[in-house]
Amino acid sequence: MKSGARLGLMLLLAPLLLWLILLILIPHVDMFLVSLRERVGVGEYRISLANYLTFFQEPLYLWTFLRTAVMSILATLITLLIAFPVSYFIAKIARGRSRSALFLLCLVPFWVSELVRTFGWMILLRETGIISNLLQWAGLVSGPVEMLYNDAAIMVGLVYTSMLFMVVPLVTTLESLPDEVIEAGYDLGGTNTSVMREIVIPHAAPGIVSGSIVVFMLSLGNYLTPTMLGGKDSLWFTELIYSQFIVRFNWELGAAFGFMLLLLSSLIVWGMLRLTGQTLERTMG
Amino acid sequence: MKTQMLMATTALVVTFGAAAQADTLRLLTWGGYAPEDVVAKFEEQTGHTVEVTKSNNEEMIAKLRATGGGGFDLAQPSQDRIAGPQAEFGIYKPMDLSKIDADLFIPSMLEATKGNTTVGGDVYGVPHIWGTSGLVVNTAEAASVKDYTDLCNDDVAGKVSYRLKRPTLIGFAFAMGEDPFAAYGDPAKYEEVMAKVEEALIACKANVKTYWGGGDELMNLVRSGEVVASMAWDTGGWKLNEDNPDVTFVAPASGALGWVDTFALPAKGKADDLAYEWINFVMQPEVAAMITAAAGNFTASKGADEFASDDLKARYQASFPPEAIDNIKWYPPVPAGLEVIEGGVLDRVKAAN
Amino acid sequence: MSFDLECRNLTKRFGGTTAVDDVSFDVPSGSFFSILGPSGCGKTTIMRMIAGFLEPSSGDILIRGKSVLDVSPNKRPVNMVFQHLALFPMMNIAENIGYGLRRQGMAKAQIAVKVDEALDRIGLPGIGTRKIDELSGGQKQRVAIARCMVLEPDVLLLDEPLGALDLKLRERMKVELKALQAAFDTTFVYITHDQSEALVMSDTIAVMNEGRFEQMGSGRDLYYRPASAFVAGFVGDSNRWAGRVERAEGNVMQVRTESGLSMRASAHDRAMGVGDAAQIFVRPEAIRISTAADDLAHFDNHLSGRVTNLLFNGAASRIVVAADAEEIEVNLPQSGEFAALSEGDAVHIGWAGDQGNCFAAGSAP
Repeated sequence: MKSGARLGLMLLLAPLLLWLILLILIPHVDMFLVSLRERVGVGEYRISLANYLTFFQEPLYLWTFLRTAVMSILATLITLLIAFPVSYFIAKIARGRSRSALFLLCLVPFWVSELVRTFGWMILLRETGIISNLLQWAGLVSGPVEMLYNDAAIMVGLVYTSMLFMVVPLVTTLESLPDEVIEAGYDLGGTNTSVMREIVIPHAAPGIVSGSIVVFMLSLGNYLTPTMLGGKDSLWFTELIYSQFIVRFNWELGAAFGFMLLLLSSLIVWGMLRLTGQTLERTMG
Repeated sequence: MKTQMLMATTALVVTFGAAAQADTLRLLTWGGYAPEDVVAKFEEQTGHTVEVTKSNNEEMIAKLRATGGGGFDLAQPSQDRIAGPQAEFGIYKPMDLSKIDADLFIPSMLEATKGNTTVGGDVYGVPHIWGTSGLVVNTAEAASVKDYTDLCNDDVAGKVSYRLKRPTLIGFAFAMGEDPFAAYGDPAKYEEVMAKVEEALIACKANVKTYWGGGDELMNLVRSGEVVASMAWDTGGWKLNEDNPDVTFVAPASGALGWVDTFALPAKGKADDLAYEWINFVMQPEVAAMITAAAGNFTASKGADEFASDDLKARYQASFPPEAIDNIKWYPPVPAGLEVIEGGVLDRVKAAN
Repeated sequence: MSFDLECRNLTKRFGGTTAVDDVSFDVPSGSFFSILGPSGCGKTTIMRMIAGFLEPSSGDILIRGKSVLDVSPNKRPVNMVFQHLALFPMMNIAENIGYGLRRQGMAKAQIAVKVDEALDRIGLPGIGTRKIDELSGGQKQRVAIARCMVLEPDVLLLDEPLGALDLKLRERMKVELKALQAAFDTTFVYITHDQSEALVMSDTIAVMNEGRFEQMGSGRDLYYRPASAFVAGFVGDSNRWAGRVERAEGNVMQVRTESGLSMRASAHDRAMGVGDAAQIFVRPEAIRISTAADDLAHFDNHLSGRVTNLLFNGAASRIVVAADAEEIEVNLPQSGEFAALSEGDAVHIGWAGDQGNCFAAGSAP
């Protein structure tokens, strides 16, 4: 009987374990081993930390990583600032149909692929694009304006791409805050700001943190948006990894970059959790 | 009971697997190199099926490297990108030249490709399609652009584009009076050449609107008028010329860069016979002409020119006066490891402000 | 007499429906006032209007004689204990109680003193640093009240705060709430759908139905002298019949029920006449029971029947008697004299005519 139950448990866990081991663990171990190889000649390799040294010794790579991380954090903050009022409205103010309609509006952009969405932004922002033409037509500018290929364009794209992933956890946590708790806040003398600061935001903190982690990781790992909207100045860390793997055939360095990305982004997330006094269990549970 | 089931399942898998392998050619190639009408014709004549995967040089090598040369039965890398990766990763298998109808090929091109793709005495590639890269110029607005380095002229500031890839490095090197191909065998010398190119490209960066990544992106940039001069393939220029007569492909003064895309057999390909069959099929002059019509480039098929459209011939002749043809710089095989030097340059250019 | 809360012709309409229809009442200082009614009767709407979360469509609300219609909820001298208490889960007990004081800008040290005082007051000293979810239901209740009372509001509103508690605790909290009200000496306005909560605690109860007050008075008034069929049916248990008045002599009505039974009842000064449709309510405890018909001869109404059901509930035990086509609930006397009664026994029952409350037929719950 007991062994039967154990077998059942094993069978239930098997798909998850297989998925974890085959698709997550083994590739990572393999990548890690690759990252430890140093090419010494045609088809000859030896084990060393040379690839990791390259990352730290070449300021370009470190700088690119820092830039990517800072931009991602900024994108996360902007996304949060825009998504919070939207989520509050959806969760607490909108009712019935308009609420599902609003939620749907947040969802709609995700029915098309990321590539198409990014192309959409390119059509809007390019020199001969819609916004540029609109501004000229309105007489606000005298000639065509190029709004693509800069950091602001990257930021717009990242925020747009990430919005849903911030709105969903925020709406969920805000919905779990009973209306009467907010009303109690006002009833006991709270103003809009103090209710927001002392009641709504502390309650939504797990949602804010989990949304921020997801958005930060998505931005950090985004390849298409920075490359396409950033153009010649994109300089995104994933781009470096891609070019090491695909263009340079330097899998060893690419794998080392990949591991540095994993490590450093985990560090940043850990730091964010510490800073906000949240734990991963609370946030994800 | 259990064993029987297992055996039956295995048998089933084997049969299906074998059947699929016997009849399907998995082709890893460039867009336009296996047009639908050609595939349909081949399938009709032979009863086999062809699975086409579109890619580019880098991705082809990366894909084959990831599987150790498996997953595809025939690949079409450029002839200069076979010897290096083969020596390094062993992703191809030697060609059995006896199974190829040499009479279908332009002899000089076949010999040159065989020479360039020989590793350890074995031949790894035969030519298929060739073309050049150079400049696409809107002659009405950027008449001053005659060579790669002219892209950095002030009068076209903010309206030029190129790819941040190795052809740009090579092209700029030639335009700056260097001979990068001669330095291929000497890493120190090559690094020196590349350092000069790096400096020029960093200085030129402000002039560039953006680095284009794909053919469609380039087409959009030139069609919209946002870009008036760019590095590009010849066919891209000719295609744009159909829409706007001012825009055309210009062979740079220092010479267009000539490339030849080949046929090569991936090391773990499972349908070699089918691959040879496909090669001999598409090299027939009338089939080769169909491919030329689709891809825009000429093939190494002997006599296919006669089937090419007059429009294409006219554009070709306009872009390539006889002296420009003589001036084409054909890519020699890239020695393994050069990419690392170029990669560093490209990274630094990208990061420069 | 001074009034802490006065509502004048209060009306609230949502679209086409009128939730509160022209309600007026005054609550004397320091009293316990309850609004009792079934769910959906509009009592919560009244409370939310007093708290300031809803604006009346018309009418006025005065607190200590001053209209508060233009005062936002966070400035009104009323506080509310919510149905699910609405304690702030992100704060500990002391922070919860001190929340309102912090909003008033009181100094930290003074807040601490006030919070300790309040905790003493509710009999939970020293629990300030605990988390909300470490408290029992009754303790939470008291903290929720303390959180409001530290602000010394003129009126405390309570929105069915006992609804979420289990029965035993609810019974205890009823007594405790009444004691707290006396201790704080503050006007409580309490809304509930549970008649026993209202009856036990209140000085004055308003019975509300479909947006209107049916009757306002002490618990005793409501129970013994219901002013309407609704109140008679809603407050306490009753046997009820529908019928038609056959004879009327002053307050004494002879009514024939739909099932053919003829009984005498009192109209208690309500205008009724022969031929009117009537409803009669008789409380189970008003009916006497006997084994001999003669014992009940002095009653206006008597019936004979058999016991069909014994509902044993200690002191509140009842039997169901089937007489003719009727089933009548009768309380067993607490003396235990009929403790041996069993199903199927023949019994006689009877009650005085003025124990039967007769109303002109209208809506009843």
